[in-house]
Amino acid sequence: MGSSERTEFKNPVVGWIDERLPIFTMMQKEYGVFPTPRNFNYFWNFGAILMFMLVTMIVTGIVLAMHYTADTKLAFDSVERIMRDVNGGWLIRYIHMNGASFFFIAVYIHMFRGMYYGSYKKPRELLWILGVVIFLLMMATAFIGYVLPWGQMSLWGATVITNLFSAIPLVGDSIVTLLWGGFAVDNATLTRFFALHYLLPFIIFAVVFLHVWALHVTGSNNPLGIDTKGPQDTLPFHPYYTMKDTFGLIVFVIIYAIFIFYMPNALGHPDNYIPANPLVTPAHIVPEWYFLPFYAILRAITFEIGIPFTEVVFITAKLGGVIAMFGSIALLFVLPWLDTHPIRSARFRPMYKAFLLAFLANFILLGYIGAQAADAVVFGIPLSYVGLAATAYYYAFFLAVLPWLSKNEKGRDLPASIHQAVLENKKA
Amino acid sequence: MHTTKKALIFSSVMVLAFAISGASMAGKSTTPLPQQEWGFEGPFGTFDRAALQRGYKVYRNVCAGCHAMKRVAFRNLADIGYDESQIKAIASEYTYIDGPNDEGDMFERPGLPSDRFKSPFANDNAAKANNGGALPPDLSLIVKARADGSNYLYGLLTGYEPAPDGVKLLDGQYYNKYMPGHIIAMAPPLADDAVVYEDGAPQTVEQYAKDLTEFLTWASEPSMEARKKTGFNVLLFLIVFAGIMYAIKKKIWSDVH
Repeated sequence: MGSSERTEFKNPVVGWIDERLPIFTMMQKEYGVFPTPRNFNYFWNFGAILMFMLVTMIVTGIVLAMHYTADTKLAFDSVERIMRDVNGGWLIRYIHMNGASFFFIAVYIHMFRGMYYGSYKKPRELLWILGVVIFLLMMATAFIGYVLPWGQMSLWGATVITNLFSAIPLVGDSIVTLLWGGFAVDNATLTRFFALHYLLPFIIFAVVFLHVWALHVTGSNNPLGIDTKGPQDTLPFHPYYTMKDTFGLIVFVIIYAIFIFYMPNALGHPDNYIPANPLVTPAHIVPEWYFLPFYAILRAITFEIGIPFTEVVFITAKLGGVIAMFGSIALLFVLPWLDTHPIRSARFRPMYKAFLLAFLANFILLGYIGAQAADAVVFGIPLSYVGLAATAYYYAFFLAVLPWLSKNEKGRDLPASIHQAVLENKKA
Repeated sequence: MHTTKKALIFSSVMVLAFAISGASMAGKSTTPLPQQEWGFEGPFGTFDRAALQRGYKVYRNVCAGCHAMKRVAFRNLADIGYDESQIKAIASEYTYIDGPNDEGDMFERPGLPSDRFKSPFANDNAAKANNGGALPPDLSLIVKARADGSNYLYGLLTGYEPAPDGVKLLDGQYYNKYMPGHIIAMAPPLADDAVVYEDGAPQTVEQYAKDLTEFLTWASEPSMEARKKTGFNVLLFLIVFAGIMYAIKKKIWSDVH
């Protein structure tokens, strides 16, 4: 961001502007000649994809806000008006609605990339933490956004999730009242959620700016997880990665478009096409699919913690579930200090790789459990036990496996440089 | 290099599969629904205009007595093949209360193409009072508001059976295979020859149920045909664009690899 050195531009208008505000110099430095490791695979495409998704969501969201009415009596109807009477309204809404899902698909792959290649390790700890902040803000924004159409799942999902805060001792009930703006999820809740849903994406945008800034200070990690040692290890960002990222982005958009145009409601819940009714509770209240793993962790804690054989309860099952759920995300913040192994990339850490892939499978299993009824039984095993075991592995991975591996995994020999590894790979 | 690529593809597919299964898992019904063949399914599926018009007739003669459909306007009937004069004629068969006029009085007027379908009851309480306490749901979105909506609706309309032994029905309750919980407050709505078809289509419960489902599927999302058509063009463009970008990327990277 400094104004130390300026690039010379041939175009006099560009030169004139750049002398006064070196924005072209900055773009040239950060996105033109920016030295980028030459060995990225397509996992490194998801940052650009996420940027595209954020802009898509903000643009479609602003258009939707022009037609949407945040009032419990009108919200559902206004969304249906967008679907039926606003020109191209159905398209804008389906882009936005499925956009939330594809935003999360991209962010989960992006985070998994970070974990697989150790991108959170020194010196990129703060970069990772800013990413987790973005993830949390995304979750808040998506949850609030799902309330706005004011269907049955909007109302009841909001009721269940906001009620979680009541488990917090002493201040819980006051927090819930503040969230609701009253004593139930009602009009005051809807209007404040709409205001926040419009606000939060711009806060996300600001944190993304910090995230990218931090990235451009440390430079990108790469599949080998070793530092770049000179120009032979890097390529200028443009045209190599601008063009590669554009290709990957379009492939991603093709899949996204298939959902928008051919199965726009596959990722949603049919109950949300029923107007919200406080007198009728849906048979199964489920959150959006991208929250299901965390929902399963929330429901996994079904026991109280207290002094055995007495009535003394320190932590109720509800509070236990809430702690487990928020704790599962809080762990991500301290990940750089739980995994202190000197090797970054899982390619050179076979044991870490095995445990991480198990972690991925476990996370997907948690998602499956989150979608089932709380009392579901599969092959004679109550799913709540499986959910508890999966939650235990989630925690054990962070709190036991990673610290243990940090001390005990030997790991494979690292290549001398990116350049050399690329050349060897070419020969093989 | 290869293992990474595999891992990437694997994880992407897993995330997608998980997303879809999670979403579809959410609304299961107890009895598996019989799957019908619908012309509007699939990427190139379109509605059958004759079936839509027959379905609209069944809706008007049977369903509209109890069920509202307040998100669909008469002008929307242009989509299912009626012309302007036909739509005006259909709308004018209904009477709407409008106003206040310059004198401050409410007045009655015939329906206009811009009016939404007229609800059979003044409000939900009136609807309940006339239907044994049960509220007939608005049908505008019924297909999208149920899992596997079209097949569910067809199943429900044809799924009436005598209650099996041990199931006690109260007055005004009926047994239906495909209703969650099997007990439904709607009397079997369709009977053979209840609605006269002018185009010679069979006047059977199955045919009525099929046509009605076609009509209500259209009503749930009138933009479906436009959506699929646009989607085809969008995908065509994107695939060509992806091909071009792939060639450009290959060309640019050729001096590196």
